[in-house]
Amino acid sequence: MDSRGVLQRGERVASPRDEPALSVKDLGFSYSGEPVLESLSFDLRAGEFAVLLGPNGAGKTTLFSLITRLYAYRQGLIRIGGHDLGRHAIQAHARMGVVFQQPTLDLDLTVRQNLTYHAALHGMAPAEARRRARLQLARVEMPERLRQRVRHLSGGQRRRVEIARALLHEPQLLLLDEPTVGLDIASRRALVDHVHRLCRDQGVAVLWATHLIDEVHPGDRVIVLHRGRIRADGSVTEVASRAGAAAIGEAFDRLTGGAER
Amino acid sequence: MNLASYGHCLRGVVSRELLRFVHQRSRFVAALVRPLVWLFVFAAGFRMALGVAMTEPYQTYVLYEVYIVPGLVGMIQLFNGMQSSLSMVYDREMGSMRVLLVSPFPRWFLLVSKLLAGTLVSIVQVYVFLAIAYLYGVQAPLAGYVLVLPALVVTGFMVGALGMLLSTFVRQLENFAGIMNFVIFPMFFLSSALYPLWRIREGSYLVYQIAALNPFTYAVEMIRFAMYERFHAVASSISLVTALVLLGLAILAYNPARGMMARKGGGGE
Repeated sequence: MDSRGVLQRGERVASPRDEPALSVKDLGFSYSGEPVLESLSFDLRAGEFAVLLGPNGAGKTTLFSLITRLYAYRQGLIRIGGHDLGRHAIQAHARMGVVFQQPTLDLDLTVRQNLTYHAALHGMAPAEARRRARLQLARVEMPERLRQRVRHLSGGQRRRVEIARALLHEPQLLLLDEPTVGLDIASRRALVDHVHRLCRDQGVAVLWATHLIDEVHPGDRVIVLHRGRIRADGSVTEVASRAGAAAIGEAFDRLTGGAER
Repeated sequence: MNLASYGHCLRGVVSRELLRFVHQRSRFVAALVRPLVWLFVFAAGFRMALGVAMTEPYQTYVLYEVYIVPGLVGMIQLFNGMQSSLSMVYDREMGSMRVLLVSPFPRWFLLVSKLLAGTLVSIVQVYVFLAIAYLYGVQAPLAGYVLVLPALVVTGFMVGALGMLLSTFVRQLENFAGIMNFVIFPMFFLSSALYPLWRIREGSYLVYQIAALNPFTYAVEMIRFAMYERFHAVASSISLVTALVLLGLAILAYNPARGMMARKGGGGE
């Protein structure tokens, strides 16, 4: 485990501005002998919204499990804000916020209790935690819900609380693993727009994993993942034109569905 | 990040556990009813058949109810430890384990914080139980109620670490019944919780040998002696060492590189 000395050094020296928020190089991972991810490489910069697009089973969740250190990787390199995840996990994790695929809020606790718990996990003092909880909840436009139990919130509201939670420690990188699962169309639309706005306003780098093509905005970067490999990486128009398709949806079908058959 | 931020993290984990405990009233009631049924029904019924002769640390002949109270204290902590391991499996399936593990603090610190939180919850339960037992008539010297506290901390860590370790082996929530049958019951019944070791030996030498190897026996004896203002050095050392070994193994098992998490746990793909 990393020593605290390393941690203190990391606290004083902020990451250089030109370091990508997330850098993945030659990342590979096998699960009981079967390769799940093969030589993945991409960089993500501050303020960039990247949609990690892939059908179910493409390896999106595995990639997230590696970045969040649920599994350890043996092959390749992951850097967050310039900090090597393998060697300096503490600094790397301090710069990362995650919204998991499954809801992870405590239903019986209030919104504020959920948020201050997360703040404590990042070492924040109680007063600072409460201040940031109010701030982030205002940013997701639900300041009046602070004292409500999570159980009484709708699915879309819970997701927004999770996003506020992930941004509480002001990370450089926000990871979202299929965050719209289980939401109705209107809440889904609102959530996608909302995170785009956060990305623009706060300059946080966003990696948004989904298999739903309609969650892609025209200005987004698209990384198409299929069977553990990156099939395309670029702006919406680039990916479409390179695949010889008129629209991104068609390009996605060609890049993934085509390989299926 | 400095020492204070470690303190904030610990406080956060502990207060979440206490808040959850407060909200789960049925869990609290169940945790109390179980030992109380043993005390009121089982012990009262058996006291005619099983008067316990004079045995350390008691100064005099004691009623069976008096004898089994320390064992029931251990039982509360044992169930609580397994309950938190169940909640860790649940947390892992539900993802809140991930929330804990993406905290930038070192993983050993997060796991120790979690164990301490579970131990505190079990100690609250134990003192409520002891208060009811006191009113019922099972009264230890007052100082014993303070002296037992370190023993409760050690026992809480021991069974909590065991639960944590087991939680890495359990793939699904449904398999948890197995833990009940193969861990909680043998640990409880094959120990000195219900009968003194010398009495078990009169019954069956094999069971006696198993009970003498069972670390839970030593935890119960540590609690029993502490309650009566005595310090059982052997039982306390064995309990402490067992707690530390289990804690080390649990931390190892939650290490992403070496542990079981690499093979099991979340990840739908």
